[in-house]
Amino acid sequence: MAVPAFLARERIVARPGFNRWLIPPAALAVHLCIGQAYATSVYKSALVEHFDTSLTAIGIIFSIAIVMLGLSAAVFGKWVDRNGPRAAMATSAAFWVTGFLVGSLGIATEQLWLLYLGYGVIGGIGLGIGYISPVSTLIKWFPDRPGLATGMAIMGFGGGALIASPLSRQLMNFYDPDYDGTAGTVPSGEAVALLFLTLAVLYAVFMSFGALIVRVPADGWKPDGFDPSTVKSKALVTTDNVSADNAIKTPQFWLLWIVLFCNVTAGIGILEQAAPMIQDFFRDGETSAVAAATAAGFVGLLSLFNMGGRFVWSSTSDYIGRKPIYMIYLGVGIVLYIVLATLGSTATWIFVLTAAVIISFYGGGFATIPAYLRDLFGTFQVGAIHGRLLTAWSAAGIAGPLIINGVLDMAEGEPGELVAGDYRPALFIMVGLLVIGFIANLLVKPVADKWHEPTAAQSPATKEASAVR
Amino acid sequence: MSSSASTGNAGTAGPASTGNQQPTHTPMGLIAFAWTLVGVPLAYGLYQTVKTASSLFGG
Repeated sequence: MAVPAFLARERIVARPGFNRWLIPPAALAVHLCIGQAYATSVYKSALVEHFDTSLTAIGIIFSIAIVMLGLSAAVFGKWVDRNGPRAAMATSAAFWVTGFLVGSLGIATEQLWLLYLGYGVIGGIGLGIGYISPVSTLIKWFPDRPGLATGMAIMGFGGGALIASPLSRQLMNFYDPDYDGTAGTVPSGEAVALLFLTLAVLYAVFMSFGALIVRVPADGWKPDGFDPSTVKSKALVTTDNVSADNAIKTPQFWLLWIVLFCNVTAGIGILEQAAPMIQDFFRDGETSAVAAATAAGFVGLLSLFNMGGRFVWSSTSDYIGRKPIYMIYLGVGIVLYIVLATLGSTATWIFVLTAAVIISFYGGGFATIPAYLRDLFGTFQVGAIHGRLLTAWSAAGIAGPLIINGVLDMAEGEPGELVAGDYRPALFIMVGLLVIGFIANLLVKPVADKWHEPTAAQSPATKEASAVR
Repeated sequence: MSSSASTGNAGTAGPASTGNQQPTHTPMGLIAFAWTLVGVPLAYGLYQTVKTASSLFGG
């Protein structure tokens, strides 16, 4: 599938002297936009009221988008690697913006299926392509600090929700003055439709800017003072390359799939019910020691740790290595989950601190995985391999809520009316998952030579160019 | 994120890329503009979230 010439990889090869620090903002311009996916709770109640339907029927929109994210990242990963980041960012912007426009039409005409199709399916494809679009480019621009580079971009995905939530509230207040963002007031459907239109315009501008300024390094480029042999000398790090088709035949790919699945599922265990959970942990009879406003503050704090963890932990992995940092995410995560389950209800600070660190590991797990893949499979088709691995996220997006909601369904009452003990079985299931993830990470070894691409005749960049032709 | 020449961010071109390509210089103004464009919304989001999260410690 050819792309217009102005989007082609060959048009954006950087000339000698190009400053690589222009690439992270290009990546952030995309990830800050698509990160809106985590801010859908802002208008959930409005859509429930507008369509006169259930919370589940509206919640499905987000689930479709996350499933499409994983599927499109897996399906289009090789296309993204072959055609380069500008084509990928532009395509992602087209899908993401169209998703909002079709979704807006669905809200305005009160046709829920259009919202499923628009935001869920079309927007979800934009999410998947956009998520992986800058990853392999950043890894190639920052061979000396891949964790820092991908951490910056994927931090943007967390940051996107931080921006979209308050911005959406303010815009809906602008379009519907009766809505002031406080509990009990719900914006009109018309306000949400207009919000979607406004976000479509804003995201079109931002994502186009990212596509405009992004560049790929020339074949053989390396930062001044960087010696690739120092990378080769680190355990598990290869300078060889494995294709995406071969990568999925290796045990290493599936071990990392399990690692990501377990880490994300465990994080979702807290994120899914964060606000009612903190209130229920400190409930005494009918009343909770934690007020609704404080619970909202807790959700905000988790968002900050989710975003911060992506940058801090992924950057740290450049120094201590990818396998050791996942041992921390999963191993310390096990301890923290046990503390949360057993001591979490004894003091608010214990609950808040352990949950915040767990969520920082959740974010860190997302941000570090591209660098881990680069270490094991090289840079040749790391974007495509990353795309295929993101199906673990889709699976976790289904499994996480199923586990926590399934356990809570067995309790008497709804979240917000429960006690700490009702959450314990779910928390111990998460401990079990983290143990599985920890063992999977422990089993990761260097990829066998038989999977490496031949290096003598063709360099990876030449092969990619050949593939385009 | 400073001058490419002084920090080595410009890097070294490989043998395959040195061909006919003229060296370029990325204007610092463009880099500053790009970082500002993504930094301002991010700062807005961070400020709003910290404001919300502060209720956790406000009693």
